[in-house]
This record gives sequence, C-alpha cells and structure tokens, in this order.
Amino acid sequence: MNPDDVYEALIELHRGLDDEASKRVNARLILLMANEIGDADKLKRLIAAARQGA
Amino acid sequence: MGRYRSPVFPYRSLGASRARRRVVVVGAGPVGLTLAIDLRLRGIDVTLVDEDDTVSSGSRAICWAKRSLEIFDRLGVARPIVERGIIWNKGRVFHRDREVYAFDLLPEAGHSLPAFVNLQQYHVEEVLVGRAESVGVELLWKHRVNGLDLRDQPALTVETPDGTRILEADWILACDGARSQVRRLMGLPFSGQVFEDRFLIADVHMQADFPTERWFWFDPPFHPGGSALLHRQADDIWRIDLQLGRDADPVEERKPERVIPRLQAMLGADKRFELDWVSVYTFQCRRLDRFRHGRVLFLGDAAHQVSPFGARGGNSGIQDADNLAWKLALVLDGKAPERLLDSYDAERGPAADENILHSARATDFITPKTEMSRLFREAALSLAGEHAFARRFINSGRLSSACVQRGSPLNTSDVDAFADRMCPGSAAADAPSGNGWLLPKLGGRDFTLLRFGTEVDGPLASVEATSDEAIQRYDAKPGTAYLIRPDQHVAARWRQPTRAAVEAALARARGHAA
Repeated sequence: MNPDDVYEALIELHRGLDDEASKRVNARLILLMANEIGDADKLKRLIAAARQGA
Repeated sequence: MGRYRSPVFPYRSLGASRARRRVVVVGAGPVGLTLAIDLRLRGIDVTLVDEDDTVSSGSRAICWAKRSLEIFDRLGVARPIVERGIIWNKGRVFHRDREVYAFDLLPEAGHSLPAFVNLQQYHVEEVLVGRAESVGVELLWKHRVNGLDLRDQPALTVETPDGTRILEADWILACDGARSQVRRLMGLPFSGQVFEDRFLIADVHMQADFPTERWFWFDPPFHPGGSALLHRQADDIWRIDLQLGRDADPVEERKPERVIPRLQAMLGADKRFELDWVSVYTFQCRRLDRFRHGRVLFLGDAAHQVSPFGARGGNSGIQDADNLAWKLALVLDGKAPERLLDSYDAERGPAADENILHSARATDFITPKTEMSRLFREAALSLAGEHAFARRFINSGRLSSACVQRGSPLNTSDVDAFADRMCPGSAAADAPSGNGWLLPKLGGRDFTLLRFGTEVDGPLASVEATSDEAIQRYDAKPGTAYLIRPDQHVAARWRQPTRAAVEAALARARGHAA
C-alpha cells in the first residue's frame, strides 16, 4: 500500500463536499473500516490512539 | 378514555390490629402476583398486600417475552395470556421513508411458545389474580404500607379501610414498583441515569390491518426528527410511542388537540381511531446496589428500572420472581441454608446490569445527545440497506431474552466439552418431547435430571429427551445429562455423569458449601 496514494484518496473523498457532507462521509467510512478491522480489541486501541491527539 | 372496565377485588379485613404472617409480598403487579403464585405452588403460605383493589390502568408492560411465557406456563397461566394476546416473532426497522431491515426473533421451529405475546398489563394482572385466588394466596386489597420496623421482628404498618394494622412478617418481598414504598421507608438509594427526551405513549383503538410485527421508525416522514414505535395489543388496541424531544411540554403534549394530529400524520388523515390512553414520559435506568437486605428482598421495578426499549422491565421482574420463589421455598422448608437467598442477588444483580446496559444503549441510540452521535447513527442507517454488517449497529431496542447467569455461585463448571448454548446458568431451551414439549417436564418442586439415553442411578427424578431438536439444542450424545433447577435453569451438565458428581452439583446448587 502506497501511503501517498492512500492519503490522496482520503483527501479526494471530500472533494466538492461541504462540511456537513464531509462529516457524513467520514462517519460512514469509519463504520466501514471498523467492520473490516473486525477485532474489538484492535479497534479499541485505534480509538484510544486517535483520542490521544485530541 | 379507556375501554377496559377494571374489576374491583373484594376487600377483606386483616382482623386483629396485629397479625403475623410468614411471607408477605408487597405489590400486586405482575411481579408480585407471579412470585406469590410460584411460592404458593411450592406449598408456602403467602400474603399479598396492595394499596389498591383493582389492576393497573393505562399503557404499561405490553410485550411478554418467551421466557416470561415459559414461567407463566409453569404457573398454569400461559394459555389464557397467549390466547388473549397477540403473538409476534418479527420486527421491521424503517429509516425515513424506507424499510432498512426485518428481523425474526425466533427463527427456528420446535418451540411451544413464541418470541413474544403482546397483552396489556391489566389483562395479565387479571389472569394472575384469578390464579392467585384459586391456588390460595391470601390477597389483602386496600392495604397500603406506610411503615416498616426492622429492628427485631420485621413488621409492616398498613393503612386499611378499618384503620391502621401491624403486619409482622418473617419475610418481606418488595414488588411495589419503581416508586417502591418499602425501598423509600428503608431509605435505600436508587441511582442511575435519567434520559431527558420525552416520549408520548398512546394507546389507540382502531381497526387496522398492519401485520402483527414490531415496527420502529427513525426520523419518519410523519414525525420528522423523532422516532416512532408501533405495537398491536389485544382488543384492537395499538400502542404508539413517539419521541418528542427534550423541550416538549408534558402537559401540552398530553392534550388530545396535540396528540390527534400527530397520530393522524402517522396513521393517515382518514383513519378512524379513538384515544384509549395518553401519557408523556421520560425514562430512567436505575437500580438498588443490593436486592437482598436481610429479611427484605426487592424484585422487579422496586429493585431496578429500565427504559421500555427492549421490553426488559416487566420481563426481568418476572424472571426475578422465577429466580427467588424456589430458593425461598427450599429455605422455608429447611432444605437449603438461608445463604441460598444471597444467590438471588448474585444472579439477578448481573441480569439487571445487563438489562440496564442494553436499555441505556438503545435509549442513547434513539435519542442521540451530540451532533457526532447523530452523525454515526445516520451513517449506520444509511449503510444498513446495502451492508448487512451495519444493521447490527442499529439499536431500536435489544429485545428481552433470558439472561445467562454465567458467574452464578450455584453453577458447576463444565468438566466435559460442550457447545456454549446450554452452558450452566442458561434457561433450559424448549424442544418437542413425545406428543408435547420438554419444558413443562422440567422444573417444578425440585431439581430434575434431564438425560439423553442412559439411566443415571441418582437421587433425582429424571426426564429423558429424545427429539432431534432436543439433542441438537443440548449438544447431546448418548449418556449426556443436565441438572435442571426448579426454575428451569441449567446448573450442571456431563457427558457421563456419576452419582457423586450429580450429588455434588446438587448440593452446590442448593446453596450448601461446595
């Protein structure tokens, strides 16, 4: 997986969307990713890591 | 309002100004009545006191879950409740103007009772009162508890039409509801979470041909921004719950001129209906720290309270009664030590926590408190049509099923390999058995050994199961045996039990030190 490709795809996802639409898309993406991860412990570690930066 | 004509039960005087009873149940709601009947069927003299002389009014518990129906069946009252009520197994969830998914709560055949029966609480209470009378429960109507003395011999002060009476009781079983007088008199904290959203609860009389399913809407066109729930009950009464939000005025919202347009929007402008009952509620999830306080035990809403999503209020109370009755009967008969009663708290405390967790989560999902929780809910709902996994995030109420009492001190841990489904602490699953059903053969006055094949030389009555459904549900092989408690829960199981193993498990399950 090429990090520049992934990063670009995440930015591209929001092109042309207003803030509200972007938030909706992000929430959908998080749920889809949570399902792909499929491991509650791993997911909780990711959630904790994300929260640390807030 | 109200088409139902409540019966009036005969007042009987307690007689002397001071009386003594062995077991007094406070509160003749579904829980108190179930408990009194169960104790009476176990040969215990029971007195039931209630401040009123009739059944409850209005829309209260309506959805009786399979486990409650099984308990009612054990007590001889399932038949009138099922016959009078509305059987349902399926539900649908809608988002805005489309159906998101449908579910089936009892997807396998071979059960005598359905996932749910809807029946107004007052009908259920009327059936239970009839049964309580016929089995010899002493029913003291218009006896209102207003004092409690626990210094020495427990004694209740009761107000009656003939004046104040002192009712001494060896055991006081408080089934007096969310506003429990016994709990208040003992000064026990009842703490937890209060939800700010108000809900309109309406019982509506109408002729309608909606299927007998649980229908739940998020943000429907007829009630934008809120949720709605529709249940069919007996007598062409339909129960409707509408979320009104935090700022709704509970007095204004109860007025017919406010309620009728809301219902017309939902049911159609030309639909003819009559209001049978209207109220506006907020919901709470609270519990007592401990359900046993010496000679006083708390059951049902007096012990724990939940929001209605998931039908976990009335049903958990019925399970409390099921759990306590056999234990108290064994203790009173001198067949078990008093500490067996501590297992009531050890088993029903975690059950209450589970019910509170599910009901609080459902309430949070239905009433999102932050912009972000609303966004995630929208995301789950918008994905759910296309992606099956997202349906599992959608929480319109996780519907009541029997709690598995995994950590119970009465359980004997598995020593043999088994599938998890009927692990110790589970309510025994029903299955076909001969010309009838398995569950009615289990439970009763004493423990039962449920065996598959081999006869076990042991101290107990045994029941043999042979149907394919029973073999599959109990993961049975020839020689497998289950020790079943009087409340139809699994205490232990073996592939090839020995008499010594059965006796040890039996002693543990009766509260004797293991």
